[in-house]
Amino acid sequence: MLAFLLHRLLYVTPVAIGVTVVCFLLVHLTPGDPLTAILPADATLELQEQMKAAYGFDKPLPVQYALWFWKVLHGDLGHSIATGRPVLTEVMRAVKNTLILATVATAIGFTFGTLFGFVAGYFRDSWLDKLASFVSVLGVSVPHYWLGMVLVIIFSAQLGWLPPTGAGPDGSGDWRPDAAHLRYLILPAITMSVIPMGVIARTVRALVGDILSQDFVEALRAKGMSEFGVFRHVVTNAAPTALAVMGLQLGYLLGGSILIETVFSWPGSGFLLNAAIFQRDLPLLQGTILVLAMFFVALNLAVDVLQTALDPRIKRG
Amino acid sequence: MSSLSPAGAPLVETKNLTVDFVGTGKPVRAVAGVDLTLAPGEVVALLGESGSGKSVTLRALMRLLPEKRAKIGGSIRVDGRDVTALSRRELSAFRGSTVAMIFQEPGLAFDPVYRVGDQIAEAVVRHERVSRAAGRARALALFERVRIPSPEQRLDNYPHEMSGGMRQRAMIALALACRPKVLLADEPTTALDATVQIQILLLLRELQRELGLAVIFVTHDIGVATEVADRIAVMYAGRIVESGACRDVIRAPAHPYTRGLLASRADHVFTKGTRLETIPGAPPDLTALPPGCAFAPRCAQARPACNAGVPEERTASPHHVARCLLLPAPAEDGACHRADATAAA
Ligand SMILES: Nc1ncnc2c1ncn2[C@@H]1O[C@H](COP(=O)(O)OP(=O)(O)O)[C@@H](O)[C@H]1O
Ligand code: SF4
Ligand SMILES: [Mg+2]
Repeated sequence: MLAFLLHRLLYVTPVAIGVTVVCFLLVHLTPGDPLTAILPADATLELQEQMKAAYGFDKPLPVQYALWFWKVLHGDLGHSIATGRPVLTEVMRAVKNTLILATVATAIGFTFGTLFGFVAGYFRDSWLDKLASFVSVLGVSVPHYWLGMVLVIIFSAQLGWLPPTGAGPDGSGDWRPDAAHLRYLILPAITMSVIPMGVIARTVRALVGDILSQDFVEALRAKGMSEFGVFRHVVTNAAPTALAVMGLQLGYLLGGSILIETVFSWPGSGFLLNAAIFQRDLPLLQGTILVLAMFFVALNLAVDVLQTALDPRIKRG
Repeated sequence: MSSLSPAGAPLVETKNLTVDFVGTGKPVRAVAGVDLTLAPGEVVALLGESGSGKSVTLRALMRLLPEKRAKIGGSIRVDGRDVTALSRRELSAFRGSTVAMIFQEPGLAFDPVYRVGDQIAEAVVRHERVSRAAGRARALALFERVRIPSPEQRLDNYPHEMSGGMRQRAMIALALACRPKVLLADEPTTALDATVQIQILLLLRELQRELGLAVIFVTHDIGVATEVADRIAVMYAGRIVESGACRDVIRAPAHPYTRGLLASRADHVFTKGTRLETIPGAPPDLTALPPGCAFAPRCAQARPACNAGVPEERTASPHHVARCLLLPAPAEDGACHRADATAAA
C-alpha cells in the first residue's frame, strides 16, 4: 500500500507542476499588463519601468516563473492589490469557508443521492424508480442560483426562518461550528447539495442495475441469502464507485461555487474569485486559482487511493 | 432438515413443468411440459443443444427465475415439499440447504469484492445460525475436501486471484457447504480447459458417491453425460424427448434426435468435449413451436402424423421412454421387442 501511495504521488507531481505553470501564465497571458490595474492612468514611462523592475516583470518569463515558484513553495503568494493583505491568508480563509459549505452540501447530496439511487435501481421501472429519477433529474437540471433565490424568498423573506446571506451574525468572514452560524449554512448548503444529489442518484441507479444483473446475484440467491443479504453485497459492490463520484463532486463544488456563493454572499473561494476578477486583483486571482487547483489534484489523489483501498480487484502497486 | 418423503420416493419430481417468459416481445415457452424424477443418490444428465431449456429447468427447481418475467406452471416437488407454494422465507431457507447449484461460470458466480472463504462462511452462518468462526472452519474443511492446495491461504483469496479450475472447486465447496440433498450442476465444466474439466468431473463423481448426493447434471456433451450419469434425459425445445438408463440411451437411442446427437459424435469418438451442433437444420423457434413433434422440421423420418400433436411418451425398453411416433403405441404387447428392432435400424 505504501509503494502504491508513493507511486501515485510520483504520478501527480507533474500534474501539480503543470498547474503552477498554468496559474503563472494566466497572469502573464491575460490581456493588459498586470501593472495597469495599480498604476495611475497618467503614470510616466519612467515610473512604469521602475514598477516593472520592482515587481520583476522586466526579467525573462522562465526566470520570473522560477522566482515565483520558489516563493509559492514557501507559502508566499504575494499580496492582494485591493486589501494589501497576504494572498495566502485571504485564500485560506475563503477556502475554509468553501470547504465547509461544499462538504456539508456533498454530505447532504450523498445521503439523499444514494438513497434515491438505491431505491430507483432496486425497484427499476416501478413508480418508486420514476419518482426518484424525476427528483434527481430535477436536481441536475434546475439552475441552482435560481433555486437559491427561491429558497431565500420562501425561507428568509416570507417565513423569516433563516438568514438570507452571509456566514454569521457578526458579518465577519469566519464561520464557526455553533448554532448561530449553522443557521447561515443551511440555505446555501441545501441549494448546493442538489447537484451532487442528482449526479450521485443517477450514478448509483445505473450502478445498482448493473450489479443486480450480474451472475453472482443469482448465485447469492441460490445459496439462500435473504434479500437483505443480497442488498449488503450490492452496497459493497457499489461503494467504491459511489464514493469516487462523491469525491469528484466535492471537487467540483470546491471550484464551481461562484454563483451560489455570490447569491448567498458566502465568503468562500468562489466569492473571493468573483471579487478578484471584478477588481482585477491579479495576485489574489492567481493565488485563489492555484490553491483551488491544488485542492482538486489532492482530492483526485485521495479518491484514487480510497477507491483502490475499497476494491480488491484494482491492482495495488 | 428431515425428509418428509417416504424412503424410495423421488427426491425431485416435476409434473408437466412449464416456464414461459413474458414481457418484452412474444412470449417464449422455454420449458414445455417436463416430467423429471430424481431418486436419492441418483445422477441424471440433462442433455441437449444450447437453448433447449436445460438451465431454465434447473432454475425453476429452485425458483431462481425472475418472478415477474418467468411464469412457472405444473408441479415441482423437492424433498417432499411443493416448491411452487413456498413463501419467500421458506424459499431462502430451502435454497442452498436442501438444493444447491453449481454454476457454469465460476468466475462470475462469486461476488468479486468478497473473499471466497467469507462467501462460503456466509452461507453456513445463514442456514445454521452458527458463528462466523464456525462458518470459516466449515469453509476450511470444505476447501480441504475439494482438494484446494494451501486451503487456509486460499480462503482469503478474492475470486479473481484464483484459477478457473480452483474457482470451480471453491464453487463445489460452496454448494456442499450446507449439506444439500440435491445438487444441480449447470454445465459445471464447460467453461474450463479439457484437463481441468476431467479433474472436476472426477471430483464431482467422487463427492457424489461419498455423500450419496442426488445430482442433476446439465450438459451438452454426450461424453460428459456418459461419464457421470446413471440416467440420461435428452431435452429438445423445452421437452424431454427421451430418457432412460445411461447405457440404454447410448446403445439403443430411440429418438431420432438422440440418434443424431450420437451420430454427430461418432466421427470424433476419441475427442472429448464434442459440441452438439452437427445435426442439420435450425434449432427450434421457442416463440412458435410446431403443434406436433418439435423435431419434425429437422427429422428425416417425419410423417404427417408427427405434426398432429405432441407425441406421448412411448416405451422403448423397460425404463426407457421416448416421445416419438416411430415407437409402437402403448397398451400393446411386444412393445419392447419392436422398440429394439426400431433402435437397431
Ligand atoms: N431470462 C430469460 N428471459 C427470456 N428468455 C429466456 C431467459 N432465459 C432463457 N430464456 C429462453 O429460454 C431458452 C432456453 O434457455 P436455457 O435454458 O438457458 O437453454 P440451455 O439449454 O442452453 O441451458 C433460451 O433460448 C431463451 O430463449
Ligand atoms: S415424432 Fe416424428 S418427427 Fe418427431 S422425432 Fe419421431 S419421427 Fe421424427
Ligand atoms: Mg444453459
